[in-house]
Parts: sequence; structure tokens; C-alpha cells
Amino acid sequence: MTSVAASRDLTGLAAELRGIVGDEHVVNHEHQLRTYASDGLLQYAVTPGLVVLPGSAEEVLRVVAACHTAGTPFVARGAGSGLSGGALPVEHGVLIALSRLRRILEVDLDNQRVLVEPGVTNIAVSQAVGPSHYYPPDPSSQIVCTIGGNVAENSGGAHCFKYGFTTNYVTGLELVLPDGSLVRLGGRESDLPGYDLIGAFVGSEGTLGVATKIWLRVIPRPESVRTLVAFFESTSEAGEVVSEIVSGGIVPGAIEMMDNLSIRAAEGATGAGYPQDAGAALVVELDGSEAECEVRFDEVLRICRGAGSTSVRVAEDDVERELIWKARKAAFAAMGRIAPNYYVQDGVIPRTKLPEVLRQIDELAREYELQVANVFHAGDGNLHPLVCYDGHRRGEPERAEELAGLIVKACVDAGGSITGEHGVGVDKKRYMPQMFGEADLATFQRLRCAFDPEGLANPGKVMPTPRLCGEVPGPYRQHPLEAAGLAERF
Amino acid sequence: MQSVSDGPATAAQLVDALREAGQAGTTVRFRGGGTKLAWGACGPEPERELATVGLDRIVEHNAGDLTAVLEAGVPLERAQAAFAEAGQMLALDPPAGDATVGGVVAAADSGPLRSRYGGPRDLVLGMTVALSDGTVARSGGKVIKNVAGYDLAKLFSGSLGTLGAILELSVRLHPLPEATATIAAGSPEPGALGRAALALSHCPLEHAGLDLRFGGGEGAVLMRFAGAEPLKQAEAAARVLHEAGLDGSVVEDDEAAWRRQREGQRSANGSIVRVSARQTTLPKVMEQARRHGARLVGRVPLGLCWLALEDRSAGEAATAVEELRRELAPHSCSLLDSPSELRGRVDPRGPRDDGELLLTQRVKQRFDPAGICSPGVVV
Repeated sequence: MTSVAASRDLTGLAAELRGIVGDEHVVNHEHQLRTYASDGLLQYAVTPGLVVLPGSAEEVLRVVAACHTAGTPFVARGAGSGLSGGALPVEHGVLIALSRLRRILEVDLDNQRVLVEPGVTNIAVSQAVGPSHYYPPDPSSQIVCTIGGNVAENSGGAHCFKYGFTTNYVTGLELVLPDGSLVRLGGRESDLPGYDLIGAFVGSEGTLGVATKIWLRVIPRPESVRTLVAFFESTSEAGEVVSEIVSGGIVPGAIEMMDNLSIRAAEGATGAGYPQDAGAALVVELDGSEAECEVRFDEVLRICRGAGSTSVRVAEDDVERELIWKARKAAFAAMGRIAPNYYVQDGVIPRTKLPEVLRQIDELAREYELQVANVFHAGDGNLHPLVCYDGHRRGEPERAEELAGLIVKACVDAGGSITGEHGVGVDKKRYMPQMFGEADLATFQRLRCAFDPEGLANPGKVMPTPRLCGEVPGPYRQHPLEAAGLAERF
Repeated sequence: MQSVSDGPATAAQLVDALREAGQAGTTVRFRGGGTKLAWGACGPEPERELATVGLDRIVEHNAGDLTAVLEAGVPLERAQAAFAEAGQMLALDPPAGDATVGGVVAAADSGPLRSRYGGPRDLVLGMTVALSDGTVARSGGKVIKNVAGYDLAKLFSGSLGTLGAILELSVRLHPLPEATATIAAGSPEPGALGRAALALSHCPLEHAGLDLRFGGGEGAVLMRFAGAEPLKQAEAAARVLHEAGLDGSVVEDDEAAWRRQREGQRSANGSIVRVSARQTTLPKVMEQARRHGARLVGRVPLGLCWLALEDRSAGEAATAVEELRRELAPHSCSLLDSPSELRGRVDPRGPRDDGELLLTQRVKQRFDPAGICSPGVVV
């Protein structure tokens, strides 16, 4: 363990970084630094010591090496749209903004691979390979969020129930490790020998290093897409429909639910035509081969109607499909119509526990005298309860936070997770002990120490309490082949 | 070697045995069904074997949630039979035999279904592992969507038991399709097969497998469909094939054809070279298979091929492996099944990147500081 106390005086480091990236790409004026103080989770703000905007992977490498030499912690940031404070800066640390690394380096459509820099937006990947192919992970923020951020957070989206998450699409990475060294993992190909270090890195929330190049897998656009929205009197009725669809052997491309409060907010904001008195809206999208889609879509329609749906709207073309999705995608932003502030949670539950957990959330909301709107990825049980509050009312933010915490606990108690796609970041690290015991957390730390023994990359995130890495214990054991001169250690 | 073929009766006993081995510096190898013990690089013969045969409980099958929790020693076939009763499956179809779920995951083995559902890393939701200092740790969870904490299950998938023992797995299940159909088209020409494979891989039909086979002067491309209307989909694929220059025929009773694909990934007496190629270089790999008289199975969307080198001496096989590596570079050619004599002559892994190796060793040292879990097999 190198015990270098991070210097609070960054003058020397700032000069060095200017030499690497140029004067205009190092920010150290207080008012400019404050622009970077928060990511998409505005409840947290920390002004970084310096912001540096490297223009190439080579510059990232040199910036990280300089931070390492100075013993200064650093945080990598993509678009800053994350919802867990994962890109929250470290005070007196360096924030490495990757927004200038936004080149699509190679489109190898024949092999269904794309090589991008981390600052490329999620949507740009699909645009680069369209219209024949696309990149399935589609977080709601896909117009702005970056692939580098998606890799850090293992981002999902509405279609991940069927198509999976970022981790299922990354086939290669070029990484700058926290000691300023470069590692290339994987590439276009599958099953290279060795550990699945790509799998370990994706979703590590910036704590293992900085990805500077990313190989992504893209897939053909499905032949057919069919979308409907069905309305029900209650979320429990809609929940029954979800169970019936999924247990009937249908794997929808997306299956999303909204409750009455979120319907009202979204409808007010978009005019998408959702009935404001509906207790629940269920958006179901099927995709795949046309022959298969047609049969399955009829089954879904039959299930919705049989389960007492009050009305069903089937998209007849892309415009109608967009309109159905517009309300769902606007739900978060539309919450301003209900309350000035909201606190969004990201808990996951086993799908069959949906009615039970929703009932608990209802009861908690009544007890805390706050409104909770529910928007969720129903197929995979990922809830996004939006706890509405007024930040100007004394005690209300604290009450909202407490309520949000109890919702997380209800998810974990139901056998679920504290976060499905937003990440732990700084916001949910306090909940980690609800899911993981001391031995589990200590084992996570082993991975961290292999990549970042000095703890310089995005410190203070993910783990509930700060931890240090000791030296690797245990004696070095010479490999018998090595002793016999038949093999080297590597 | 002191062989403990019956193995500890419980996970707790296995953890105790592992801790003792760690303290004593006794090298160990974990054993599931014992079907892939030769995979990985050559390490020294371990002093002790710890079998997972006693860890054979299906702990949970949550049919409504399409998830399950299994102890590592559950044979894959037994798990599939249990899931099938609920019309479900674990979408892993490696050439199984006696393989256990823990062994399949530790070796990251897979079969034709991987083209659609991914491999073990993509289907394992959570994992409980034991480390050589007696630590028992859990990562992931039991729900299909979860990003809390590091994804250690992916790190352990394919680690060949070199980081610790897998004790328990939670997995995602999928519905068993009600019907399947396969379109197959033959040609002796790698170029023609490659063009057809590429056309199918890029068409917007949703398949449940897209494979190649090649050897003995003939080859074929196979595309499988599953669901309510597999025949109609196979007919649509026939039109794509026709445009790509091959005419195929549709088979409804297609299980045997796919079993043959799976079996082509293994060799009882010969050697298997797994080539990490690309879709566009599959014809080149087929040409090399022809040159070396190897039978080939290819998984088109992944660009992966398994070449079986059979009926030859270890010396001839070693020459073939070296030539394949030279001809197919930079594609990685790893030895899977192979006689020990061959493994003594060529490095089963082939060349690796220095930076990746250094990081791999750092990971190994942190998870297995005593260095007792199958040393030399990965690093």
C-alpha cells in the first residue's frame, strides 16, 4: 500500500495536465468547476479540484498516470446523466470529462461489431449501423448518455428483459488502469483465453479504471415490431397480465407499467391519449420474426382482454408506436406536474412479488403522507417508484428520503435488489449491507485491489465504507514447471 | 494424488476442506462431472481433488419468475429435466454428458443455443463462491436485473476453478419452445457456405441457433427456429439462403442435427482446437480445417469454431496446431480436449497480451493468495 496523502494543492498537477491536454482543456475556475459538481442526481454536489478534458485515449492515459504519480483521486464522467451520483466528483480530486472522445472508430457491419470511444452517445451507435442493425440497450437517456457511462453502469433500458444489458454487448475494451497502464481485453472475437475481465469491468462504476475504446456487438433489426398499450383499473390487474404473458412462454421485447399518478403526469405533459382515470397502463411490445410476432401478439391481446382490460390501443404504424412510448418515456420528466421534487428509486423484485410490494409501497406512502408514482419495467421486476415531495417544505425531503429507503428495503426483503440499472454510486451505497454481508463486500474489494490497489479511481462509490488494500498476502509459490525451467510465470 | 471421488457431502464441508488445504498449502482441483478436466493450460497435477458431487440440490425453482438456484454439483441434465416439467429450460446446451452446472459455468462451456441466449456468463444471475482462505462470498442476486456490487459471477465463469470453488448459482430460465424447425443447406465450398451463413446472420429473422459444419468433403449451414411458427420462419430463411446462392431443405424433427453439432465440439481420443474467429473469416477457418483434415463445427454469429484433430500422432497434432495458429493469426486457437502428450508439446492457450496477463495474475493473487486452486491452469 502506497500511503500518499492526496495533496490539496493541485497547482503542480494542473500545470502538468495543461501540458498534456492543452490550456483550454483544463478547467480550474471556481464557477466553471461548479458546472461539474453534480451528475443526473442533483441531490449531491461536490466541486472538483480540477476538470480535465482529454482529447484522445493517449491523453487519458497520461492524465491518469499524472494523477497516479501525484496520488490524486480521479473520477471519469461521460454525459453526467447517471442517477446514482456515480460521476459525483471528489473534493480536491480530478474530474476526467470524456466528452471529447466521441469518435466512432470503426463500423464493421459484416462482423456486427462497432468500435467507439467512450464519449459516443448510446443513440449514435444505432444510428451508425442503421437501418439494418441496431444496438439494443436503450436507457431512457439514450440521446445524451454515453457508451463509456453505459459500460460503467451496465445500463439497461426498456428492452433489456429480452435483449439484455450493456454487459451482454461489450466484446472488447481498451482500459487505462488507475496506475496509468494500458490493457486491451477481448476485441471483435469471443472466448479468448483467460478470465472474463470484461465481465468484471462492465458495471464497476468507474472504480476499476477508465475505458478508452469499446467494442460493441450490434444485431439485425427485427423483421416485425408490434406495440400496444392496455389500460386496467388497477396495477394488480395489470400485474396479473404480465405474469400470464411471461409464464405463457412469451418473451416480449418490452413490457412496461405505469400507475395512475404517472399516467396523469405523463398525459398532462404529452397528450399521448392515455385515459387519466386508468388505474394502470401496460405497454407491451413484441418483436422478432413476423410470423412469430403475429401469433404472439394475438395471444397478448387475448390475455389483456380476458383479464379485464378497460381499453386496448394497438399501434398501427410507427407514429402511433412513438406516441405510445412518448408517455412512458416522459414519465420521469413529467413528475414536475405532481410535485416540485422527486426521489427516484431503482429497486428490483422477483416479478411474482409485484402485487405484494406495490401494496407495501402504497401503505408506506399513506403513512408518510407523500405521493409515490410508480413506473416500472414490469418484465424484469425493476421498479422506479418516484417519491414526490416539496423541497421547500420543512422536513419533507428527509421524509421522502426515509420513505425511499423503506421502499428499497421492501425490495430486498422480497428477494430482490437495491438497484436494477441506475447503479449504486454514492446514493445507494448505504443500502449495500442490506444485500451483502461483510465477507461479500470484502470479496468485492479483492477485485478492486487487483485493478486499483491505491484506491484512486472514483473513491467513495459503491462500497458502504472506505476500505484499503493490503499487500497481497501469502508466500510466492514457484510453479513446478517454472522450477523445472519449462515455463515462465506468465 | 489423493482422489476424493465421493467428495464432501455439503458445501460447508467443502469450504472446510478448502480452508485446510489453503492453510497447508496443498494444491487442489475442483471436480464436477469430470468431463473437462484437461481444459486450460498444463498445471502440476493437484495434490487433492474436491468434488462437488455432494452439492446436488436444486435449492429453488421459481417457475413464476423463471429463475432457479442450484448447488454447483447438480448435473445439468437433471436440472433441465426438472425445469422441463414447468415448460422451462436453462438455455445452456453444451455437449453435456455427466457435466454439472458448476462445471459448465466454471469452464464457460456452451452449445448452439448460445447464439440466441448467450453463454453461462449471460445466464448466471448470482453466485456463491468459496475462496482458499475459507471465505464464503455471494455476488449478484436472484433477480434477472441487478447492478449492485461487482459482477464476480462473470469473473468466475470460465475461470476453470482457479479463483475458488463455485458452491451455488442462481440462474435465469427461459420458456421451452413449443416447436422447432431447422433449415439446412449443404455445399462442399467454404466460400459458398460462408456467404450463406453471413446472409442468414444478417437477416432480420429471430433464430435459436445458426451453425456451420464442415468436414469429410462436405459442409452445411443450419439455422434453427423455435416458437409457435418455426416452419414459416424456416421458409422465410429458405428465401434468404436462395438469394445467397444455396438451396436448403426444412427439417421439423431436427434434434439429431443439433445433437451432432454439440457433439462436434468434443473429441474422445483426439484434440479440439477452438478458434475465436469472426463471421467474415469463417471460410478461411473452413479452408484450414480442410487442409488439416479436421472436422469443424462453427457458431456463426459468434465467429467461433471447434476443429477436431483426430487419427494422428501427438507430433502431427502439434504441427497442425502450430500451423493453424500461424495461418489464422491473430485469431486465438485454444486447445480444449487433447491428450496430455500434445499438451506437453504446445501451449494450450497460445500467445496472450502482456497487459492482460499481468492483470489476470493480479486477480488470481487477490482471490487465491495461497495459490492452491489449480495453479498454472490460467496463470
